[in-house]
Amino acid sequence: MAEGTDNMKIAVLSGKGGTGKTLVSVNLAAVSKKATYIDCDVEEANGHLFFKPKWVEKERITVKIPEVDSKLCDGCRNCVDFCKFNALAYINDELKIFDEICHSCGGCILVCPQKALVEKDKVIGTIQKGISDNVTIYTGVLNTGEPSGVPIINKLLSEKNLKENKLTVIDCPPGSSCVVMESIKDADYCILVAEPTLFGVHNLDMVYQLIKLFDKPFGVVLNKCLEEDNPAERYCLENNIKVLSKIHFDNKLGMLNSNGEIVANKDENYRMLFSLLLDSVIKEVQNETIINP
Amino acid sequence: MRIAIPVENKSLDSNVCLSFGRAPYFLIYNVETKESDFVVNTAATAAGGAGIKAAQTIVDNKANALLVIQLGENAASVLKAADIKIYQAINTTAKENIEAFASNKLSLLERTHAGFHGRRNR
Repeated sequence: MAEGTDNMKIAVLSGKGGTGKTLVSVNLAAVSKKATYIDCDVEEANGHLFFKPKWVEKERITVKIPEVDSKLCDGCRNCVDFCKFNALAYINDELKIFDEICHSCGGCILVCPQKALVEKDKVIGTIQKGISDNVTIYTGVLNTGEPSGVPIINKLLSEKNLKENKLTVIDCPPGSSCVVMESIKDADYCILVAEPTLFGVHNLDMVYQLIKLFDKPFGVVLNKCLEEDNPAERYCLENNIKVLSKIHFDNKLGMLNSNGEIVANKDENYRMLFSLLLDSVIKEVQNETIINP
Repeated sequence: MRIAIPVENKSLDSNVCLSFGRAPYFLIYNVETKESDFVVNTAATAAGGAGIKAAQTIVDNKANALLVIQLGENAASVLKAADIKIYQAINTTAKENIEAFASNKLSLLERTHAGFHGRRNR
């Protein structure tokens, strides 16, 4: 199974946390012959809890922030005026820099006529690489208090991490903000995971709008399905959205998952479900390539 | 002595603005000459770091004291570096605050908050 996944990148996302992104991502990677699983939910990375990998590499991630040489600064304030985020102030003949406001654009350094500003590194988090059977795991962790995980996600999805294996599954952060956009921007296909509630529909709509904006091929996985009416399914029908798979609300799945087990490795039915899901995604991407080469 | 107050309108009868960084104007009031000057707060529409930019305006207008309802920690750090005293304003007009300040009824601001970072309507 799961042939033809050469360098295929699948992003799994949802409008809110707890819908089943990690469940879907982890199990897709697990049923693939060889996969890379990338946990981009850097504020609360948890995919590694399922894989329990042997960690082989750890890297600190830094961003550039300015540092001033007070002897060179003549107080022209070009940097203060330039910064759209107001990360600099000039008080009592001294430049004050607010590290946590800085967005690392480097503009202040460019506009300084005295060359009084230089870049220095500031550590904002880490990336770890681990191995667990057929899956290579990359996990990003943003340090507490840091405002943006984008630089870590950017590093997680760097070329070298994507090339190592065939299938890449990108476990996105919840929502539809900058960190999600950074996570899906190079994806070949997006899986939207949705819950069968009105709130679930609202969240599905958020990511649906985002995916349309990015013009990505996509499909929906309906999670926690019950016998009764499913508003998320109705939403998919109304908007002509492809439903790739339905996962039923199941105590057994919940138990296994909450104990950190990969359900596809513990239960043959779930292995089948996720294998079929992977196959449909592969077919979708291949069709997409034929239609839009 | 020059005192600064974030205000909603260019009038002494204006209410003190609840927000410092996003206040539309600052009243700069000279206690000795009783002159008042209204300065536009260019930070009101800033993408971020409004408190820092607003504090820079207060410093540049050579205020000695600031009367505010609440203040973020970044703005406070700019003002402290410039030795500007920060007082707890009362939630009424600028005029009443000036009177309260003149009769030593205002106390120094005890605490600052962690900032709203672009979030409105808090």
